[in-house]
Amino acid sequence: MKRRWNILLYAGFVLTLLAGFSYPLFFIRFPVTRDIPWVNWLLFGVALAVLSVGLWRAYRKPDLYRGKISGPILATLSVGIVAFFAYGVIWHSKEIPAAKAAPQVGQKAPDFTLPDTQGRAVTLSSLWGTSVAAPATGHANQWVLLIFYRAYW
Amino acid sequence: MRGFEQQLEQFKSRGVQVVAISVDPPDVTREHCRKQGYTYTFLSDEKLDAIRRYDLLHHDGGPDGSDIARPGEFLIDSAGTIRWVNLTEDIRVRARPEKVVKLLDKLGRTAGGGA
Repeated sequence: MKRRWNILLYAGFVLTLLAGFSYPLFFIRFPVTRDIPWVNWLLFGVALAVLSVGLWRAYRKPDLYRGKISGPILATLSVGIVAFFAYGVIWHSKEIPAAKAAPQVGQKAPDFTLPDTQGRAVTLSSLWGTSVAAPATGHANQWVLLIFYRAYW
Repeated sequence: MRGFEQQLEQFKSRGVQVVAISVDPPDVTREHCRKQGYTYTFLSDEKLDAIRRYDLLHHDGGPDGSDIARPGEFLIDSAGTIRWVNLTEDIRVRARPEKVVKLLDKLGRTAGGGA
């Protein structure tokens, strides 16, 4: 009897790839799926379950299914991808300096002058306290929200 | 960053100017803003001047071992006093604009009201 192609092994591997790549390419855009990558963990779980069934078939029903060689290879690659993802989101993304000497609530904000996108010099202290552009707000003097980000290169 | 653009009217109506800072040079930032449709203020800190003053220097943090800023958000009132600081411990987890808007309401900086 001809042994059948063990499709679950390949489906599990493809799903693992999908679970891994869909995070940086798609789910990272939305805070609800970015802060805790639950969609990706869920996909990884399904992928590994599918792979396990494929492996079980390959070894327990070798007369019906193929995959004794491809199975362990695809499973190892998949586990590697999961491990890389886990390293990225659990450990690597927390590898940032603590900023212990950052200014705190109640302190005066350190001033600076930097160029904007047109190359014009902007001084922080000239922004706070100035008249609010839109008079409809009811707030006479402006506040500033400073957002430091990692750059786009 | 996209979220702050989407909520920009909320900040404007509370008299709050949103200012983003990174090590990217002005032309890179300009191109990025054009592509993404960002309209708030972006400043370039190539020499890490402001980034150092706020103790946000991430040595070797860039892809080629360059120095960049670690993420951080500061709310400054009209007297130049810091009213709120957010220093994430994970680069993937950032301040959500809608939460900052709620915080502004709590601080009395509501839309179209107060002094």
